[in-house]
Amino acid sequence: MVHEETAYESLVHAHGDEGHWVFGTGFDDPLAGVDTSVPPGVDRADLGAYCLMLGDDALVLSQRLTEWITRAPELEEEVAIGNIALDLLGQARLLLARAGSVGELGRSRSLATGSVPDEDALAYFRDADEFRCTPLVEEPDGDFAHAMVRLLVASSFRLAVLARLRGSRDPVVAAIAAKGVNELTYHRDHAARWVLRLGDGTDESHRRAQRAVDAIWPLTAQLFTATGVERRLVAAGVAVDPSSVRDEVRRVLAEVLARGTLTAPPEPPDAEPAGRSGEHGPALTELLSTLQGLARRHPASTW
Amino acid sequence: MPAPTPDRPPAPDETALQEHFEATIAAEHRIEPRDWMPEGYRRTLVRQIAQHAHSEIIGMQPEGDWLLAAPSLRRKAILLAKVQDEAGHGLYLYSATETLGADRADLTDKLIEGRQKYSSIFNYPTLSYADVGVIGWLVDGAAICNQVPLCRSSYGPYARAMIRICKEESFHQRQGYELLMTMMRGTEEQRAMVQDAVDRWWWPSLMMFGPPDADSPNTAQSMAWGIKRHTNDELRQRFVDMTVPQAQFLGVALPDPELAWDADAGHWRFGAVDWDEFKRVISGQGPMNDVRIARRRAARDDNAWVTEAASAYARKHAVREAAA
Ligand SMILES: [Fe+2]
Ligand SMILES: [Fe+2]
Repeated sequence: MVHEETAYESLVHAHGDEGHWVFGTGFDDPLAGVDTSVPPGVDRADLGAYCLMLGDDALVLSQRLTEWITRAPELEEEVAIGNIALDLLGQARLLLARAGSVGELGRSRSLATGSVPDEDALAYFRDADEFRCTPLVEEPDGDFAHAMVRLLVASSFRLAVLARLRGSRDPVVAAIAAKGVNELTYHRDHAARWVLRLGDGTDESHRRAQRAVDAIWPLTAQLFTATGVERRLVAAGVAVDPSSVRDEVRRVLAEVLARGTLTAPPEPPDAEPAGRSGEHGPALTELLSTLQGLARRHPASTW
Repeated sequence: MPAPTPDRPPAPDETALQEHFEATIAAEHRIEPRDWMPEGYRRTLVRQIAQHAHSEIIGMQPEGDWLLAAPSLRRKAILLAKVQDEAGHGLYLYSATETLGADRADLTDKLIEGRQKYSSIFNYPTLSYADVGVIGWLVDGAAICNQVPLCRSSYGPYARAMIRICKEESFHQRQGYELLMTMMRGTEEQRAMVQDAVDRWWWPSLMMFGPPDADSPNTAQSMAWGIKRHTNDELRQRFVDMTVPQAQFLGVALPDPELAWDADAGHWRFGAVDWDEFKRVISGQGPMNDVRIARRRAARDDNAWVTEAASAYARKHAVREAAA
């Protein structure tokens, strides 16, 4: 039997049980203790820009998923979406910190005070035109079908990329990728299960799932086109060419859609990766005004 | 056609069952789902645990309102993990009610229709980011005072859920206090935000322990059944005694001119709680009651098609598997 006073003391004064606590909440610098030197022959600016591409995708999708919290179907889904959003936020923090550690801070560093860590200078003090995310992650979700179809596509793509990045010559990127692969396997599995249930559920859920697929497919036009940064870093052994994962990703998506009795729309023709160089629609600007507002109103504060 | 068999033996003598139940309680052993229990015990427990579960779920909203705007990525991660923990707490607790024959969907309907209550504290708005810290410190702190004794609840599934929940609540309290410490070391504006939040949340926190003992008619029965371990006033006093030194260390003033140390009694004496406000808020007149319930209702109704799809899918595939 638990003795109450002892239990109370041990709860209030517990300090040794951080183990179950989610990654990234217990310390300030997410790269603390990691060797952040850049391998020879790798361009620092390219590496920083690449980390921002990967980091911004994770940050923006995490924010979109977080919009579901307190609004999700079923409590199990609150927990699952919370997990996925936390995983992506953790990946974003590491990648933004990596970008900061190689000097990729742009205008944000001069806007944020010195006590603001790099990850926050980059997340909170860049404008939309400095964000390098792809359009797939930016649009708001109309309904839960949209959220799950988008998560399926985004996690399938990201899993394929990160699986290859485990062999990156940048040891920090390789370590982030190794950690991310397990997480993304779960994200993709979770989304795929829902796409099956919605696609092969009721008439209404099928209609909504197909509508989500039709809305999301065109947003993948930029996904598989390499930027100049990526092409140079592929040559240096650091990055993955997104066009090299196209077949794998399309195959996974086609299989899930078929099992969910959904129809894959025609593949959109490849488009210039404009999102990766800072061209975005109004949805991202709106998302950032919510994300950044408080931090920007108190630029001299630490939290 | 086989002969119908009774699915349970004829009811043994209820008096013997009642005696066994009372002996179990007296020996501080636990009642488990399959044990016989008086109907009043079952009903009171379902109400108590459901109210607790509802509070966990509605309690996600006040702080959840800051999730998208948290001022650093580290704070966003901490807050997201906390709000997610609360969803988990709600899940364990609804599961505990299901061991007593209740149904989660039915309890959720009762919450939305106003037929079951949740903690009045969650009907106040969160006006600044300091509220996130103050909720962790005071609201999770008060919840810990209320809940640690329930780790000894006579009902096994509830007691076990409480042990797990209390560990996480203590994390929340420390994280909240740590945010406040950081803000108090920050700018003048941040310190003012903390004091303002403390001014707004102090009295509602004291109300979390429920009405004074004189107005709490069910306390005696609940204590006899071992599903309540201390009176409301005892727990409130324990919370005040614990919190005053923490406020001093933090450097904030608690908004009570009558707060004074009583050396003889070894307790902090405090002023009168506004029980009229408590009654107004608990009966639905608080500043955020309608918003909280509307959000919960929307989560149920706007996503009803998702739940229906999941059931339809499960039915189809059960049929297909059976046919295969
Ligand atoms: Fe909780
Ligand atoms: Fe909590």
